Amino acid sequence: MAISKEHELYARRKSRNIFVSLALVAFVILVFAITIAKFQDGQLIEGFDHSYRATLLKVEE
Amino acid sequence: MVDSTVISKPQEVKISEVLELLKPRVMSLVIFTAFIGMIIAPMGINPVLAFASLVFIAIGAGGSGALNMWWDEDVDRLMKRTRNRPVPAGTVSGEDARLLGLWCSGFAILMLALTANFLAAGILAFTIFFYVVVYTMFLKRRTAQNIVIGGAAGAFPPLIGWASVTNGIALEPILLFMVIFLWTPPHFWALALVTKEEYSLAKVPMLTVTRGEKVTRRYIFWYSISLIPICLLIAFSSIGGPLTLGLVIVLNIMFVLASHQVMTRDADDSARDNYNREKNLFRLSIWYLFVMFAGLGVESMLHTFYEPYLVWPELF
Repeated sequence: MAISKEHELYARRKSRNIFVSLALVAFVILVFAITIAKFQDGQLIEGFDHSYRATLLKVEE
Repeated sequence: MVDSTVISKPQEVKISEVLELLKPRVMSLVIFTAFIGMIIAPMGINPVLAFASLVFIAIGAGGSGALNMWWDEDVDRLMKRTRNRPVPAGTVSGEDARLLGLWCSGFAILMLALTANFLAAGILAFTIFFYVVVYTMFLKRRTAQNIVIGGAAGAFPPLIGWASVTNGIALEPILLFMVIFLWTPPHFWALALVTKEEYSLAKVPMLTVTRGEKVTRRYIFWYSISLIPICLLIAFSSIGGPLTLGLVIVLNIMFVLASHQVMTRDADDSARDNYNREKNLFRLSIWYLFVMFAGLGVESMLHTFYEPYLVWPELF
């Protein structure tokens, strides 16, 4: 067998790595889009870090 | 010294082989029926959330497909229809298929819970459990009712779609569940009539193997009859209308006639034309489900834009 510069193994790995990279980028974009969509739907945004939870506060007349 | 074992034979899995593990054809049916479950729901959903939910439902379906291929390696190897699947063909190891299935399933359930709601994610989790554990691990190799009970797994997607939008369950998606549930046996038995030797060889107790062709043909006919009342109920429900009623009448007449043709012939008749009628019934069953659900999707859009639907007699 002739010695080739690149073994088929690397071609297989390359296509797999490209696919995994694209899938990860797509996932990041999707999570970002979900976040924006949930905010736009007017869902309650509460910060639990060192702040009051709006839903636990008494309603003032 | 060079370790030649590493480079002599490529062991890296191709992406196409990984995607094949996810059973793309089954996945497309799941996406389609879940999508219809979403658009017929009485409430709206943000398109981004709908799209994301469908992606996660599809990944969950793919995960269960990979787990099915992992468990069924020995059976798949014996059947012509399945022997070229990645695990029996040796291109992907069973262990890799199992890991992929578990990761996809867990990831999909978690993400659907975060994107839609816990009810939809719970039904997805139950669907995966039902398909992998109840159907694949227990029913498939033990009883001739394997695809009758196991068919429920394929019937859940419209419920998941509906629950993703409404965070609840109603009679309408349950009727859609019933349609797929009752449609599955004649669909698979039509295929089993054509490939009954393979199932026999693989020792899978399909009805064609345990009870014979004659009984299977009779069952196919009666299951196709049982679809009629369910479909009529859908036509006169809040998701139905004149279009659905028209489709229900035409599709069910075609399906019952095709089933009747299959019932009234025997193995010799079928062998003479190479199981042509059975193959026709199998193809027709795919169109039956596709057109019925697509019609419901169109009907739901007509409900939004077309006034005369207000006078349609809705039973519930």
